[in-house]
Amino acid sequence: MTIHQLSIFLENKSGTLVKVLNLLKQEGIQLIASTIADTAEYGICRIICSEPVRAYEVLKAAGVAVSLCEVFALSLDDEPGRAADAIALFAEEGISIAYLYSFLLGGKGVLVFRTDNAEKARTVIESNGLGIIAEKDLSKLV
Amino acid sequence: MITNDSEFFNPEMETLTRSGIEALQAERLQATVRHCMNSPFYKRRFEECGLTPDDIRTPADLYKIPFTTKQDLRDTYPFGIASVPLSECVRLHSSSGTTGNPTVILHTAKDLDQWANAVARCLWMVGCRPEDVFQNTSGYGMFTGGLGFQYGAEKLGMLTVPAAAGNTLRQLKFFTDFGTTVVHAIPSYAGRLYEVMQQTGIDPRRDTKLRTLVIGAEPHSEDTRKRIEEMLGVKAYNSFGMSEMCGPGVAFECKEQNGMHIWEDYYIVEIVNPDTLEPVPDGEVGELVLTTINREAMPLLRYRTRDLTRILPGECPCGRVHKRLDRMKGRSDDMIILKGVNIFPIQIETILMKYEELASDYLITLDTQEDNDVMIVEVELKDQYIDDYAKLQVLEKDITRRLRDEILITPKVRLVPKGTLPVSEGKAVRVKDLRKQY
Repeated sequence: MTIHQLSIFLENKSGTLVKVLNLLKQEGIQLIASTIADTAEYGICRIICSEPVRAYEVLKAAGVAVSLCEVFALSLDDEPGRAADAIALFAEEGISIAYLYSFLLGGKGVLVFRTDNAEKARTVIESNGLGIIAEKDLSKLV
Repeated sequence: MITNDSEFFNPEMETLTRSGIEALQAERLQATVRHCMNSPFYKRRFEECGLTPDDIRTPADLYKIPFTTKQDLRDTYPFGIASVPLSECVRLHSSSGTTGNPTVILHTAKDLDQWANAVARCLWMVGCRPEDVFQNTSGYGMFTGGLGFQYGAEKLGMLTVPAAAGNTLRQLKFFTDFGTTVVHAIPSYAGRLYEVMQQTGIDPRRDTKLRTLVIGAEPHSEDTRKRIEEMLGVKAYNSFGMSEMCGPGVAFECKEQNGMHIWEDYYIVEIVNPDTLEPVPDGEVGELVLTTINREAMPLLRYRTRDLTRILPGECPCGRVHKRLDRMKGRSDDMIILKGVNIFPIQIETILMKYEELASDYLITLDTQEDNDVMIVEVELKDQYIDDYAKLQVLEKDITRRLRDEILITPKVRLVPKGTLPVSEGKAVRVKDLRKQY
């Protein structure tokens, strides 16, 4: 039910992000979505890509500080209010969202997020029949 | 009775000749060694070496006694070296830290009085008189630079302002309101004082009566001294002490500003090669080894200070025969001195290694930022903990707090990706010192 996201710990120095992206480029791995959060000293770069497990191994082998995390990726109709409706379902169950980002892909709105309670979130998705993106879909999406 | 014109606070001791010092040292050493047989630690140590107090007649016999080390102080923590019952002690000072055992030094009332006399002698030597107003910017409490200077300055008869550390604006207000003439500050804080004076439009020459600065507890160069003197319009005198030897007042510069007279009626000085532990000739750098000969509660015989220095050969024009120590050249162990606080890297390592989120490499950088000495602790984060921002922030804060509790200084903690710190081959470089002018 979850997909793999790369979380990369970057020092705030120019060139650190390029190094990571070039490694993926050389392997023909394509980005689907990415986001960087920052503090004064470091940033965490989160990436959804076509082949997360292979990307992880490539980065790891190159000495990049990377971890592979499981996140939910909801696939929603591209209409106003769909995100609000979906998030409300989690809120009603008292589930907090740690972080979230969204993008459009193949005519669908995708919400990627991590919660403080994966078990409960799973139940919410199942019982409400929410559309999700599966890991195997990632390589087909691009 | 001494008058303000007197050159000496204690003329009898300060004007001793070399042979006078030698005779006094022999007498006090014999008494000290006999007294040490009341200490369970020294009694056992003498027995182990087949020594009796009669074997130690003069400083030339000292070599027969094994060195006393910081480890000995730790092993006998807290009271195992004391040569008097605890009921006769009136104060203790203890080192910071919880890693291993801290070290404890006990004092009787007479010890405190003798200590105050030594500090008063130092301050008098550089021109302090009862008319002066003395402001102490040291931390008080366990840090001996606080109470040590406090009692010494009172003994001399100055009006004292026990301002204690920090709150620079308040320090400056005291300068101007109370007419402070003498300040005790660690060298890095002197720079900070000037910086804030500039920000608040205070001209030290015009707006204060500052005349004398006592600087110590932190290694500093001649250039740093000159810079401080130039900035604040004062004479700055170098002070040397350590809690094991009471605290401040062990050695102090005279007005010549060329080496610190170590009071040989209190201490017998040896300088040894830190590797072979053999004595080195005057003028050569080695580790300072001190024997206290004027202490009741806890005399220490041949204490290895780990400070590297040398005895300046030749006579001092000031007339005092007491030997002169050069500025400290460094340490024969890995102790860091930051803002006057003694820190061992192992204290930091011990804390860091308690965190499962952290990998084993770390780097301590000492740097000067805006005239302020800071410690930056970079530590590698294990990869699996990367994704959670909130946790990383909490982690940083938590490490900072625990380090501060341990070393009494707030470091800047920086999480870095695994693999970015220099890889250790053999002995890792754990400490980088980029501080200005050292």
